[in-house]
Amino acid sequence: MDLLVGQLFTGLSTGSILLLAALGLSLTFGQMGVVNMAHGEFIMAGCYTAYVVQQVVGDAGASLLIALPVGFAVGGAMGLVLETVLIRRLYHRPLDTLLVTFGVGLILQQVARDVFGAPAVNVSVPEALRGGVDLLGVTVPKTRLFIMALAVLAVTAVSLVLRFTPAGRRIRAVVGNRDLAETAGISSRRVDAGPFFIGSGLAGVAGVALTLIGSTSPTTGQSYLVDAFLVVVAGGLGRIKGAVVAAVALGALQAVFETYSTASLAKVGVFIVIVVFLQLRPQGLFTLRTRSLA
Amino acid sequence: MKFFTTRAGTWTGFGAAALVLFGLAPLLLSGFRLGLLAQFLCYAIVAVGIGLAWGRGGMLTLGQGVFFGMGAYLMAMHLKMADAEFRGGPGAVPDFMELAGIRELPAYWAPFASPAFTIAAILVLPTAFAVLLGLAVFKRRVKGAYFAILSQALAGAFAILLIGQQSLGGFNGLSRFRYFFGYNLDDPVNQQMLYFIVAGVLLAVVAVSLQLRRSRYGELLVAVRDAEERVRFLGYDAANVKVVAYAVAALFASVAGAVFVPIVGIISPASIGIVPSIMFILGVAIGGRASLVGPVVGALAVAWAQTALSEQFPSAWTYAQGLMFILVIALLPGGIASTAAVLKRIPTKRATVEATT
Repeated sequence: MDLLVGQLFTGLSTGSILLLAALGLSLTFGQMGVVNMAHGEFIMAGCYTAYVVQQVVGDAGASLLIALPVGFAVGGAMGLVLETVLIRRLYHRPLDTLLVTFGVGLILQQVARDVFGAPAVNVSVPEALRGGVDLLGVTVPKTRLFIMALAVLAVTAVSLVLRFTPAGRRIRAVVGNRDLAETAGISSRRVDAGPFFIGSGLAGVAGVALTLIGSTSPTTGQSYLVDAFLVVVAGGLGRIKGAVVAAVALGALQAVFETYSTASLAKVGVFIVIVVFLQLRPQGLFTLRTRSLA
Repeated sequence: MKFFTTRAGTWTGFGAAALVLFGLAPLLLSGFRLGLLAQFLCYAIVAVGIGLAWGRGGMLTLGQGVFFGMGAYLMAMHLKMADAEFRGGPGAVPDFMELAGIRELPAYWAPFASPAFTIAAILVLPTAFAVLLGLAVFKRRVKGAYFAILSQALAGAFAILLIGQQSLGGFNGLSRFRYFFGYNLDDPVNQQMLYFIVAGVLLAVVAVSLQLRRSRYGELLVAVRDAEERVRFLGYDAANVKVVAYAVAALFASVAGAVFVPIVGIISPASIGIVPSIMFILGVAIGGRASLVGPVVGALAVAWAQTALSEQFPSAWTYAQGLMFILVIALLPGGIASTAAVLKRIPTKRATVEATT
């Protein structure tokens, strides 16, 4: 029983980290069809934001609270610049966007290496988040609970914005059918900047949260990126719901595989499961129903 | 340029390339530089495959490192077995295993004592794997960015898998080879022989690619890239067309990996993971993804620049790489091969078509 609860928890925890990293991607890749390989570097920027804020503020608790919105702003601003300068010009060439943003990611990584140095840096965890809580017989680190809560909060906020605000409605319209939305008088170009800002901002928030459970190095973001993409692919394009289910499922799967084999085999196992899964549902878990051929 | 598309022009082109590779280069370059060129030619072989799959077929494979690595590891296993046999007689364990405390030869290593088996495996295994994966992916019409991400995840998973395998050298990979099918690798003459082998393989690979491009199949491949639905409506199975190009690219990469190992003397997970795999793309993009010779030129140029600059200016070289990705792909999607056309503003026969899917 304890083992089961423990595994379930590990899965949820890994899943919520994946979800934080993937939520922004689900907006940019899923909704706009733009593959942003620099997303990982936005996460890394969030990590370093947390580090810098802590150097300035000093107190771990206060700096975390400050770093979360600042990280959102930093990530969002970077995303906005990337969107206006490069991605906007490449909308009909998704594969080229992928390679161009990979180049951007390379440069950002090297900037981080030149500014902060190649060795990893650490951010100290606030007093209130140290230690663990007993839940159903297993000890759960508070930092992990915090990240789960953050993931839930982020998903709720994004869903509410998409569902109930006029801007969200426009975004959904463009995602559903770009041409038709334009015919109805929506400027799809202007709408595109919105999800990109939010999605990249969420990457920044994810970065800040990740400093609680690990150290930060210039390649931090890269290590989460591929997994995050797999979450979006398995979840189905443009569906927040899909990203949530896929993230938790993949997290749990990874946890289970890791108990019975090694971490490296677990990665391979997850990859195989995804390829098999795409045989059954090539469009991912949840799909927008359209009549387009692609 | 028109001349080179005629039959006589093709032979002239190949003749000139052979003259440079087999005549001029060994005459002008020192043994060390020739070894470097041999290494670069390996990358060029991979690039020809990517040019076929990505430039002509529209499949952005970010995981060619997997096939390159398969070929390399298969060859490295044979070389290790041969060395062990030479040292300790049949059934001896390769030296790195002794260091890792592995006394028994793992069962899957045993067949690689045979040169014939190894060569067959290098040709068949990666290709078969690519066919299986390609069928699984393309039959379900997974394409575009989805495919790119899957192939990248594959490269990541493969590298992680190899790091975990102590019986394949783990993180350090396989290195220190002494003999290549009985020839001493320290002997300069044998090193030159390796160069000639690679150069020959490159010419053969380009010839195969050229033949594929000029055939009806090549037409079909470009059609699938530009309008997959229409091809399907015409009654072709677009998935099969893609699988062939993907498998051929995998075969090229595997052969490149196999010759890479005796030349460079080491293969490790670090040279086949996500980042090296995407770096294969850079040369192809710069040279011109859709052209025949472009990927070769681009791959050679990038590899040469990397060797010349990365040690002296590691930081600047990374910036340059990033900028090249951005500038070439955003502004010159046809690569160097399209500069003439772009400058003249005369659209050539759609050789620089953007790959949209």
